[in-house]
Amino acid sequence: MSDETPVIEVRDLTMKYGERIVMQNINFTVARGEVFVLMGGSGSGKSTLLKHLIGLKEPAQGSILFEGEGFDINDDAARNRVLRRMGVLYQNCALWSGLTLAENVALPLEEFTKLDTLTIAETVSFKLALVGLRGFEKFYPSAISGGMRKRAALARAIALDPEVLFFDEPSSGLDPISASRLDDLIMELKASFGTTIVIVTHDLDSIFRIADRALFLDIDQKTMTALGPPAELRDHPPNAQVHQFLTRSSVGAS
Amino acid sequence: MPGTEASATEPAHAELRTEGDSVVVVLSGKWSLEQAQPRFETLMGRGAIAEEGVRTLSFDATELAAWDSSLLILLMRCQDYCDEHELECNWSGLPERALRLLALANAVPERVQADTPARASFVARIGTAVLGGWHDVLAAITFAGEVALSVAGLFTRRTHMRWRQFWVVVQTNSSGALPIVTLIALLVGVIIAFLGVVVLQRFGAGYYVSYLVGFGMLREMAALMTGIIIAGRTGAAFAAELGTMKVTEEIDAYTTLGVSPIDHLVLPRLLGLFLMMPLLTLYADVVGIAGGMLVSRALLDLSFTQFMNGLLAAVTLSDALLGLLKGTIFGLIVGVAGCMKGLQGGSDASAVGRAATAAVVLGITLIVAANALVDWLAALLGV
Repeated sequence: MSDETPVIEVRDLTMKYGERIVMQNINFTVARGEVFVLMGGSGSGKSTLLKHLIGLKEPAQGSILFEGEGFDINDDAARNRVLRRMGVLYQNCALWSGLTLAENVALPLEEFTKLDTLTIAETVSFKLALVGLRGFEKFYPSAISGGMRKRAALARAIALDPEVLFFDEPSSGLDPISASRLDDLIMELKASFGTTIVIVTHDLDSIFRIADRALFLDIDQKTMTALGPPAELRDHPPNAQVHQFLTRSSVGAS
Repeated sequence: MPGTEASATEPAHAELRTEGDSVVVVLSGKWSLEQAQPRFETLMGRGAIAEEGVRTLSFDATELAAWDSSLLILLMRCQDYCDEHELECNWSGLPERALRLLALANAVPERVQADTPARASFVARIGTAVLGGWHDVLAAITFAGEVALSVAGLFTRRTHMRWRQFWVVVQTNSSGALPIVTLIALLVGVIIAFLGVVVLQRFGAGYYVSYLVGFGMLREMAALMTGIIIAGRTGAAFAAELGTMKVTEEIDAYTTLGVSPIDHLVLPRLLGLFLMMPLLTLYADVVGIAGGMLVSRALLDLSFTQFMNGLLAAVTLSDALLGLLKGTIFGLIVGVAGCMKGLQGGSDASAVGRAATAAVVLGITLIVAANALVDWLAALLGV
C-alpha cells in the first residue's frame, strides 16, 4: 500500500436516523499521518459520522473505505482485520466499569494478539505509563478522576498500536489544563507512532492547535459546507456559518 | 513504522555483544505485537551482563526494520535493569521516535501505592456488618417517615404530586400486568384444586374442593402471588428507574431545587400501586376460582353451580376483604422497597442492577413476613 492511498475515503455518504436524513453528499479523504477534525454545531451529526467511520452504523447510501477496503458486515474476519487497526476514544470514556484499568487495556491485546500473559502485563504497564498513569493498574474506573479516566481510555485505544485513532470530543468534561495536556499527548503519539487521527470536536483551541484539515457539517443544509486547514477556513470562510463557528461570533459575516 | 534496512520480513531478534566495558544490545528484524518477541529475561540469561567490569549498556539498531510498542517494552525493562544494577544506559543507537515515546512513558513518576489497610479482625467485621444492618434499618424507617409526611402533605395541599406519573403507574399495573397475573392466578387455582382432589377424595369429600379453593384463593394465594409478581415486575422497575435517575444526577437536580424527590417520584408510584393492588388481587381471586372450578368439573364432575354453592356457603365477605387488605399492604411494601432501593443506590453502572435485585429480594421477603403477621393477627381476632 503506497503512502498516497488515503487511509479513509468517504464517498457520497448519506446518513439517516430511521427515515430522517441527517446528512447527505459527504465526500472526503483522510491522508496518512493527518490530524483530521470533524466539526459542526451540536446535533449536526458529527458523532453519527464518527459512528459510521468506525463501523457502528451502516451508511444509508454511499460507501466508506478503510485503506481501500470496505466494512463487510457479513465477513467477521475481514471486519476484525479493519477494526484491529483502529483505536477509538469514546466521549464518555466507555471504560468497562467491572474491570480494572489493567484489565481494560489488556482486553484488546488478549483478543487480537497471541502474546503471553507476562508480555501483555508489560505492554499494559507501558501503555498506562505513556498516558501518565503508571502504578494505576489495579484501580477501577470509578476510583479515578474524569481526566485520568480519559487518559486510561486513551491507553486502551492505543493498546494495539492502531494506525488510525478516533476521538469523540476528547476535551469534553476536562479543565483547560487537562484538555491541553491531552492535546499534547495526542500530538506526541502522532509524532512517535505516525498515527492518523480523526477527531470530533467543537473546541476551537484544539482545532487550531492540532488540526491539519477540518470538515464542517452544517445542520441546516444537511451536508458538509467546508473542508480545509482551519486557519484558512477562518481567514477565508466559504460561508457565514463557518465564519461564525470559527470566530465564536453570534452574528454572521454576511 | 518504516525501517532502515531491507530485513522487514525477518522476525524480531535481540542479542548481546560485549565491547570492552560496554554491553551492546543488538536489535534486528521486525518487532510487532502480533508476533512473539525476544523476552528480556532470555536475553539477559544468555549473555554475560552480570560480569564484573561492565559499565554501560548501549544499543545497536542498524538492523532494526519495523517496530512498535513491543520494542519499547524491552527498552523499558533494559532501563529498569540499568537502574537496578547502576549501569549507564546509552540510548544513542536507537530510533529517535522510540526515545521520545520512552521519555513520554517516564514523564510521570510511578504512583506510590498507599498501603491498603490491613484486613479487619473477625469480630470487627461482625461489628461492622451489624452496624451496617442497623444503619439500613434506620434509613428504611426514615424513608417510611418521609413518605408518610409526604402523604400527609397531600391532604394539606403542601405536596405537589405529578399525576401523570401516577397514571403511568396505574396503566402499567393494569393492562400491562393482566396477562401474567391471569396466567399465574389461573395456575394457582388449578394447583389448589388438584391438591383438594387428591387429598379430599380419599375421604369421599371431593365436594369440599370448593371450600379449599375459596379459602385458599381469597385469603392467601391471590394476594401473595400478585404481590410477588408485582415485586418482580414493578418493584424492580421502580428501583431501576430511580437508580438510573440517581446515576444521571436527576435526583440531585430535584434536591438542589429544594423539591422533594419523594413528592415527585415516590408518591405517584406508591399511590398508583396502592390503587391497583386491591383491584389486581380481586381479579386474581376471580381467575383463580375459575381455574379451580374447571378442575373440579373435569375431575369430579362437579357442575359450576354446585361448585359456587359450596364456595359461597363456606367463605364470607371478610375472607375476601382480608385478601384485599393484604394485597394493598403488599402493594405498599413493593412500592416502598423499590423506590427506597432505587434512591439509595450508588452512582455507577452496576449500582442500578444491585438496586433492582435488592428491591425484589427485600420486597418478596417483606411480603411473606407481612403475610404471616396478618394471618396471625386475623387468627387472634377470629376473622
